[in-house]
Amino acid sequence: MDKIRLEHVSFVYNQGLPFEQVALDDISLSIRAGCTTGIIGHTGSGKSTMMQMLNGLTKPTSGKILLDGYDINATLEDVFEEWSSKPEYRELSKGARKKAIKREISNRRSELCFRVGLVMQYPEYQLFEETVEKDIAFGPRNMGLSEQEIADRVREAARFTGLDEDLLQKSPFDLSGGQKRRVALAGVIAMRPEVLVLDEPAAGLDPVGRTRILEGVSQYQKSTGSTVLIVSHSMEDMARYCDDVIVMGGARVLMQGDRKEVFSHAEELIEAGLDIPQITHLIRLLRKRGMELPENVYTVEDALAAVEEAFAD
Amino acid sequence: MHVPEGNVERSKKLPEIFIHAEDLCFSYDAEGPDAHPALKGVSLDIQKGEYVAVLGHNGSGKSTFAKLLNLLLEPTSGKLTVAGMDLTSSGIEEKDLLDLRRKVGMVFQNPDNQLVATLVEEDVAFGPENLGVPQSELRKRVDDALNTVDMTSYALQEPHRLSGGQKQRVAIAGILAMQPQCIIFDESTAMLDPNGRQEVLRTVKKLNREQGITILNITHYMNEAAEADRILVINDGKLLLDGTPDEVFAERSVLQEVGLEVPQCTELIHRLRERGISLQGSQISDAEACADMIARAWKAKHGKGGPANG
Repeated sequence: MDKIRLEHVSFVYNQGLPFEQVALDDISLSIRAGCTTGIIGHTGSGKSTMMQMLNGLTKPTSGKILLDGYDINATLEDVFEEWSSKPEYRELSKGARKKAIKREISNRRSELCFRVGLVMQYPEYQLFEETVEKDIAFGPRNMGLSEQEIADRVREAARFTGLDEDLLQKSPFDLSGGQKRRVALAGVIAMRPEVLVLDEPAAGLDPVGRTRILEGVSQYQKSTGSTVLIVSHSMEDMARYCDDVIVMGGARVLMQGDRKEVFSHAEELIEAGLDIPQITHLIRLLRKRGMELPENVYTVEDALAAVEEAFAD
Repeated sequence: MHVPEGNVERSKKLPEIFIHAEDLCFSYDAEGPDAHPALKGVSLDIQKGEYVAVLGHNGSGKSTFAKLLNLLLEPTSGKLTVAGMDLTSSGIEEKDLLDLRRKVGMVFQNPDNQLVATLVEEDVAFGPENLGVPQSELRKRVDDALNTVDMTSYALQEPHRLSGGQKQRVAIAGILAMQPQCIIFDESTAMLDPNGRQEVLRTVKKLNREQGITILNITHYMNEAAEADRILVINDGKLLLDGTPDEVFAERSVLQEVGLEVPQCTELIHRLRERGISLQGSQISDAEACADMIARAWKAKHGKGGPANG
């Protein structure tokens, strides 16, 4: 089932001005529910613009974005049309209809920020509260939850992201870079979004920090069954965490589909700005040296199995 | 040291020490109640013209070390000499500081925080202009610097329209125009995409190989570190490992203990050995060398072509 669908979505920066620039050009794609989808693309390929559209931060110049089949940018007219066939709606007076539609739109919009959680690049720069606990609680509090529910969610989010209980009372500014990043992630996870969107979540972290943050995302995905989108340049991370892959370039979608299928076009992927793992490169070198090994190896584990088998033959 | 007669010629070619640190310590807020030691006694020498990578997890003290080298931070105790200047002496004046920072340039992580002017060439000229370089000389320096980093055709562009990799190369050009002896890269590729990272790395290598500039590259990318002549691993404010990439990456368990990894190729070699596959050789930090090592053992085992030297 599709969680998100983009239908002919375009976006133009500075429309009508001399610096007009097309960031997205007639994009149609779908994101499977309950899966992790990786998004790859050069700087300027339009991927960040697309991510920002998913929770309504940016609205498409044309086209539709559907979440569970509903247009997230529906206007008064759209809802009017959608509802016009409903008998309970027809019974209302004219004034009451208008009110109901307005309420519906405002509900959908505010819900959208909670349903689709966006973790931007370098989200640690957005921390602002006195304690880690308060910072994580900011989202749930804005959802109007009870104190008990907020506390539960903060604990839960801290657990997913591997933050120790004793960090909760510290100032977020006293933490290490990797910890800060996980606090920012926890702040979004605490809203229990159905869709979690992350823009290069591991950029600039050391190896342990990388694994921790990506494992946190994976934990959340697995135990809640939510839909996850990750922008990344790392083929290795994609191989480890993503089910599907979307490749963007020149404001368009170049490829989309199952990870294995997309990865079989390795050359085009490198062209699109993806980092080829050193281990994949090594396996290629070994094939050139006459060893019979599978072509598409992206993790050390797979390489180990393949080389061991070659030695055992 | 006693230099035997007739060896004077050779002694001239002895490597020149560019950075000398002895029991170097630094504490944030050293006098205050929350004194937080970041560097706890580091001793090392770095020769002129060396290409050194510095590894360590977040908070290990590696960036602190780098910031001491051009006195962005002042050592709390110990001895530090850079480019023949004693940075721990009390006689350091403003003009010494300027001279030091001209000799030891630094490229930071965020490309957007380092460019100041509205045109690329003006940005490159910013440093030397402030040093009082005359106009005619300035033109030449800027052109040379842009040429070295391959950005000549962007000289009249606005910096904010460039890609991350291009911005970092402009930042490098800005340092080159001050004719430095050493450039420190503090995670300068962390925010770049793979292409940008390659652009910057190629430039770094070129500066070291062709112009003999001493390089310190602080990085999280093991593959980047593998390209250096020497790797320093800093952990908990101390120097943990110091050696060639092959030597350092041989210490896999030590690295893992402090939250670092070895490159994937090295990891594969280690694991194959653990599984009882005999691989001869110590060159484990480079994909080509690793491929040769594995293929050699495989051929030896299967008696396919070539002399069996496994």
